[in-house]
This record gives sequence, C-alpha cells and structure tokens, in this order.
Amino acid sequence: MDIITIISGIFIFAGCFFIVIASIGVLRLPDFYTRLHAAGKADTLGQGLIFLGLIIYEGFNLISLKMLFIVIFIFIANPTATHAAAKAAFISGLKPWRKKDDN
Amino acid sequence: MNENVIIRTVTQIMLPFIQIFGLYVIAHGEVGPGGGFQGGVILGASVILISLVLGKKEARKRLSMKWNDVFNSTGVLVYAGIGFICLFLGGSFLEYGVLPFGSAEKGNHLGMVGIEIGVGITVAAVMTTIFFEASEKDDD
Repeated sequence: MDIITIISGIFIFAGCFFIVIASIGVLRLPDFYTRLHAAGKADTLGQGLIFLGLIIYEGFNLISLKMLFIVIFIFIANPTATHAAAKAAFISGLKPWRKKDDN
Repeated sequence: MNENVIIRTVTQIMLPFIQIFGLYVIAHGEVGPGGGFQGGVILGASVILISLVLGKKEARKRLSMKWNDVFNSTGVLVYAGIGFICLFLGGSFLEYGVLPFGSAEKGNHLGMVGIEIGVGITVAAVMTTIFFEASEKDDD
C-alpha cells in the first residue's frame, strides 16, 4: 500500500470520527444551544479533515484545488451560520438549558 | 442591523464567490452536474442573502424592481427565441442541430448553452421575486 493512501486514509477516518461525534451530540444533547455547539464545531472540523484526506489522495491538480476552495468556504461559512442561528435564538428569547436542581 | 458585524462582513466577503459559482454552474450545465435551474437558484439566493443580512432597501438598490421584471421576461424570451429560431430554420422546437453554427454538433453545444443561460436568468429573477413578494406581506 502506498504511503499517501495510508496518510489520506488516516485523515478521512479522523474526519468520519468527528462527524459521528457530532451526530451523537446532535441527538443526545439537551437543548438548542448545545446541539448547535456540537453540529457547528465538529461538523466543520470533520468535513475539513475528510476533504484534506481527499486532497492528499488526489495530488495537486484542478480537482484538489476545487476541494481546497470548498474547505475554505466551509471553514468561513459554517461558523457564521452557527453564529447567526444562535444569535437569532437568543434574540427571540430562548433560555439556555440548566439542570433541574440548579434553580 | 448595526450589531451583526460578523454576519455582515462574511456576507460581503462571500457574495462575489457565490455569484461566480452560480455562473460557473450555469456555464457547466451541459458537461457536468448543474445547469440553468441550479445556477439560477444560486444567483437568486445571493440576492436573497443581501436582503436578509444588509436589509431589503440595499437589495432593492442592487437589483431594482424594474430590472427584476426585465430579467423575468428576458430569460423566457431567450429560451423561446432559440426554440422558435430552430422552428423557423426547418427543425422542430428546440432542435439545436439546425442552428447556423456550421456543424450539427456545434449547434447542439451552443444551443444548449443558450438555453441554460435563458433558464438561469429567469430562475434567478423569479426566486428573488418570490422572496420579495412574500416579504412584502409581512410589512402591511
């Protein structure tokens, strides 16, 4: 097996791991803000790692340049969308979740 | 509107790239994934994004009501015009092979590009029209 294949496989595996963690977080966490936290952070990192692995596998050509553009786009757009959703929820008055015995 | 610094900055950085990507999808309609409808939706979404983030007045300044109506009908005119030119040149409706570009292959290629451009213009204009009409009702 080629060394480039192994390196890209490690990156893609790490990306899939983060996306699985994000899905578990979206399903299991208690309220909107915490779910947004899981989706926004781990999704961005997971997609970035998967595309990085594909870029390493592909070598340097036009396709990997396009994938690099997608990575940059996701790294800027996804946190901004998360920020916008969280801010909209906060302005419309959604209270963050607390444990029952805290208040 | 003044406090959304992050969203406004990112939108202003992203807008030209979104619109270039829309044009790219339209231009690659006949050789790759995409086409007139998808590229038109991306172009329309960029105008909707301006209206959501920078305000409806700013969006109307960049794409006025008059030009929106003009684009609405221009795309249909391009589409139907190419179809009827094929009809007048002796083919059936939208049979690009009879277009006067030399060979039938070249006619097919360029005719399809023209159709994609027409569909893209109309879809982009109609998407923004739907959004603006739906948001007008809220203000009353």
